[in-house]
Amino acid sequence: MPVFNQSRSRIIRLIFLIAFVVIIAQLFYLQVVEGKYRQLAMDNAVYPKIIYPERGIIFDRKGKAILNNTIIYDLMVTPAEVKGIDTLDFCRMLNMDTADFKKKILEAKLKNTAVRPSVFKGLLTADLQAKFEESSWKYPGFYLVERPLRIYPFNAAAHILGYIKEADPRDIERSGNYYRMGDYIGKSGLEAYYEKVLMGQRGVQYLIKDNKNRLVGNYENGAFDTAATAGRGLRTYIDIELQQLAEKLMTNKVGAVVALDPKTGGILTMVSGPNFNPNDLTGPDGSKNFSRMTLDVTGPMLNRAIGGLYEPGSTFKPLGALIALNEGVITPSYGFPCGGRYTLCGHGKPACTHAGGGHAANVRLSIANSCNSYYAHIYRLTVDNPKYGGVRKGYEVWRHYLNEFGLGVRLGVDLPGESTGRVYDGSVYDKENNGHWTSCTNLTLGIGQDKMGTTALQMANAMCIVANKGYYYTPHFVEKIDGESEADTALMNKFRLKHEVLTRIPDTAYRAVIEGMHDVVKFGTARIAQIPNIDVCAKTGTAENYTILDGQRIKLPNNSMFVCFAPKDNPRIAVAVFVQNAGYGATWGGPIARIMIEKYLNDTLMKKSQTDVDRISKANLMPAYFKRLQYKTDSARAYKWYNDYKDSTLIKKFLRFTTSSKPGDKKKPVPVKEKVRREVLALLPDEKQFYKSGENKLS
Amino acid sequence: MNDRNPAISKGIDWSIVWIYLALVAIGLTAIFAATYKEGDPFFQSFLRFKTDYSKQFYFFVISLLLALFLLLTDSKFFTATANLLYAFGIFTLLLVFPFHDDIKGTKSIIRLGAFNFQPAEFCKIFVCLALAKYLSRPETDFSKTRSQLIAAGIALFPAVLAIMQSETGLALVYFSFFIVMYREGLPSGILVIGFSVAALIVATLIFEKFTLAVILTVIAALALYSMRRQLKRNRSIFLRVAFLWAICVGIQLYAVPFVFKHVLKLYQVERIYSTVGKEVPSEYMAAHQKETTTEVKKKDTDYNVRQSKIAIGSGQLFGKGLLKATQTRYDFVPEQRTDFIFCTIGEGFGFTGSFILLAIYLLLLFRIVTIAERQRSVFSRCYAYGVAAVFFFHIAINIAMTVGLAPVIGIPLPFISYGGTSLLTFTILLFILIRLDADRQMVLR
Repeated sequence: MPVFNQSRSRIIRLIFLIAFVVIIAQLFYLQVVEGKYRQLAMDNAVYPKIIYPERGIIFDRKGKAILNNTIIYDLMVTPAEVKGIDTLDFCRMLNMDTADFKKKILEAKLKNTAVRPSVFKGLLTADLQAKFEESSWKYPGFYLVERPLRIYPFNAAAHILGYIKEADPRDIERSGNYYRMGDYIGKSGLEAYYEKVLMGQRGVQYLIKDNKNRLVGNYENGAFDTAATAGRGLRTYIDIELQQLAEKLMTNKVGAVVALDPKTGGILTMVSGPNFNPNDLTGPDGSKNFSRMTLDVTGPMLNRAIGGLYEPGSTFKPLGALIALNEGVITPSYGFPCGGRYTLCGHGKPACTHAGGGHAANVRLSIANSCNSYYAHIYRLTVDNPKYGGVRKGYEVWRHYLNEFGLGVRLGVDLPGESTGRVYDGSVYDKENNGHWTSCTNLTLGIGQDKMGTTALQMANAMCIVANKGYYYTPHFVEKIDGESEADTALMNKFRLKHEVLTRIPDTAYRAVIEGMHDVVKFGTARIAQIPNIDVCAKTGTAENYTILDGQRIKLPNNSMFVCFAPKDNPRIAVAVFVQNAGYGATWGGPIARIMIEKYLNDTLMKKSQTDVDRISKANLMPAYFKRLQYKTDSARAYKWYNDYKDSTLIKKFLRFTTSSKPGDKKKPVPVKEKVRREVLALLPDEKQFYKSGENKLS
Repeated sequence: MNDRNPAISKGIDWSIVWIYLALVAIGLTAIFAATYKEGDPFFQSFLRFKTDYSKQFYFFVISLLLALFLLLTDSKFFTATANLLYAFGIFTLLLVFPFHDDIKGTKSIIRLGAFNFQPAEFCKIFVCLALAKYLSRPETDFSKTRSQLIAAGIALFPAVLAIMQSETGLALVYFSFFIVMYREGLPSGILVIGFSVAALIVATLIFEKFTLAVILTVIAALALYSMRRQLKRNRSIFLRVAFLWAICVGIQLYAVPFVFKHVLKLYQVERIYSTVGKEVPSEYMAAHQKETTTEVKKKDTDYNVRQSKIAIGSGQLFGKGLLKATQTRYDFVPEQRTDFIFCTIGEGFGFTGSFILLAIYLLLLFRIVTIAERQRSVFSRCYAYGVAAVFFFHIAINIAMTVGLAPVIGIPLPFISYGGTSLLTFTILLFILIRLDADRQMVLR
């Protein structure tokens, strides 16, 4: 019996031991050292279901909900459960053909497997939803899922309220991955500005899923679940009826209307034309409408009230007078002998609508008669003030005043996308004139032209400053937030701060200007704005403008500008109306502003105004060149599409002008001479200036 | 213990029996944890033989009966019938070829009514007996190469058959019998060579072909340089080193690729490579191109191991608790009641539980070795070592596979994995040993 190998038993034990030690070491590494596996197992088996809170509601000044929530339904399908249904019947109900049905089922399977639900048809119309609910028992595997939707009960205030859309990767990154794919986020308007308030707090429900991703129950009986907190409501200054009225008036017009409460800076109404129905962006056709509107050259999605720059023209004059009065270069009784044009710069410009007769015998008269020479001259007096020693310094002082009036700076309204406006500093003129320029170079700044660009909101706010005799509150929509937290107060404080920017201008100056503006209504250019028993102060403006189309400079109808506030002694509303290419300030802007004031202060309209509402709302003042511009933009895009993707579907309808019948023989079907810029629309006056100053290199 | 029936209990090693019962209990718990669904009628399903844990329990009852039967058997029966049983085992293995049932891609299962038999599984018992019988023959001189070859033949013949039934995992088990042969005097050199070849193969997997060739050449050169003095006296050293070098490079450059291309199936190649954490080289993929095109449902090969590691790793130090193990309860680990049952323990009871289980297993193995060494008869000793070797191989490879240390080979974890055949087989293996040990004073031939 060989016992000599007994020692090998020890080696065998050693082998066993080593193998076990190696395994235990690996176990120690996996279970104790490496910490990631717990999370991996959680990721595998626990599905954090986000519970979306109800988004906050936006109310108008009278407590009416102007942006609310509603529920719409998605038709879901779990392909594995679809058995024995009458496909033909089903398709007839949904207005689709069977091939489409099969395709959709296949898509669902590919996307989410057969055992998990996928969206079969999103956002059912109320009609389809009712039809489906009636006969849903016939179609196993199909069911409806609620989906909250934003609804605008008054079909108004699209630009103010904004819209929500699924967060894109940039939003998600910016939020530090708080948002996830598929979350909705406010993209414009108040929806975007007050996103944090409106969205509320998401809740999480932890569910357990199995290896096929089927949900099988609550994780740890919901011990880690958190509840969702609904978004908080916004109480705004908006007067929804006034808003609706203004939108009606701006139908088929390009421009903007802003009405402010001078006492609080609250925005009562803000309209940008062309307008759209905010409900068009939600619901089943939302994305279709969205792309249609983005491709529209009239820019319905652009909020011109805060983003469209217009030369204020004569509406600037009250501000020019206040500046000159405060600088002491003139007194309220200062007169200027205007003979129909301004001659002191040698070129006889600008011209004036009046000639002689003492129409500019003092500040008050000059406003009432809107004397161009007078304002060109007092602009020169201001910037050439000897106490500043040089036009550049004088100009900077003048520009500083403008900034104090809120021109050329962002006011800080509670909407995203506000423009600064355009008040250039002296360096721009230095560059243009090789450093040699005088007050004559840009004397039309004195009558709100040259390179000046303002938004309707800025002009309305400037009117508030005039009406308040020197102070203003930052224009804003939201008066208070429901259940205001400390963070909200911090957000809102800037709107509750009184900006006493120009209270240093003497009362006499304000009085002269205000009386002048009152005269404008009484017997000046704005007689149309007279309202019985209400002292309206106003100033009209008419700005020439041009556009460049097909390489030609075309003179367009004048922009109609109108600013006003009322009542004179206790101002409760300030309005700015800009109507592009409409004609004289008094013809369109005046009545619109008057109707607004009437509606707000009297809550009723006089008979004259009622007929005016009809007349104005029916008038189509859309500039004719838009049609041509749209055609050019569309065809240029179609041509680019064809070039980039060799897909002729878009270009087909533009090809009717070509004589060639052979498809390969296309003689450059679309004349693409110049690119058309979208923002051109709102910057028309600016373009003109560029043209004039020899910088007309529109690319 | 004196009050037990002396006829049966005399000489029985109770410690092993207790370990056995403990392991089976752990196994039943684990299977219960892995397959119990919320709201299952516990007792009803137990009675109705429906759930896996109740089935396993009935198998356990059968196993106990069988164990009792084995304890009542005369030890001489095993020596007397060892060769016959071996022949029977081979016969059933051969029977598989015409009568197999295609279940889950193996060709190794025979169906008999409601039961499935896997001859390659329980053939281990017969090989163990037959090998012990051969080694214990008085006329066997195990120092002779011929005897060594015959012994290897006895052990490996079923392995060959198992490979032909595409049960590579089960086949590999038979290689564990080299431990028995080693104990009985197989030259240590073979062990060294075996380890070296294994190391070389692993190196082949990890390194680039030619990098490894260069490394081997450098090693050979270094060896020659270090032996330059002896080299002057003895030229044959040079030849030996060159010969070794040639064999190593040959294995590495030709033999391993040959096996990977032509012997192993694609899924096996993938499993092996996923263990070392590498992609399958494109040349092997090309050689298996036919399989990839025909195999439509190609699953992510390291899915099992990844899920299994997540399950075990997420158990952390103390585990999540019996029915709170999400990974195993919601079917993330495939085959978790059978081959991957260890995950349930790793996830549910953490490192502590896993450590205790491994300690029990090590205790079992050491106990068997102790028993082996106290046998008077060579037969019993060889058999005991055989049992130890088989258990060791199963335990080590199975757990190493679940923690990602070994490629996925479908072999069960003794006494714990779900499966009637495996439980019966391991019970029989163990209780024959207990029976033989009870008669350790006898000299069996």
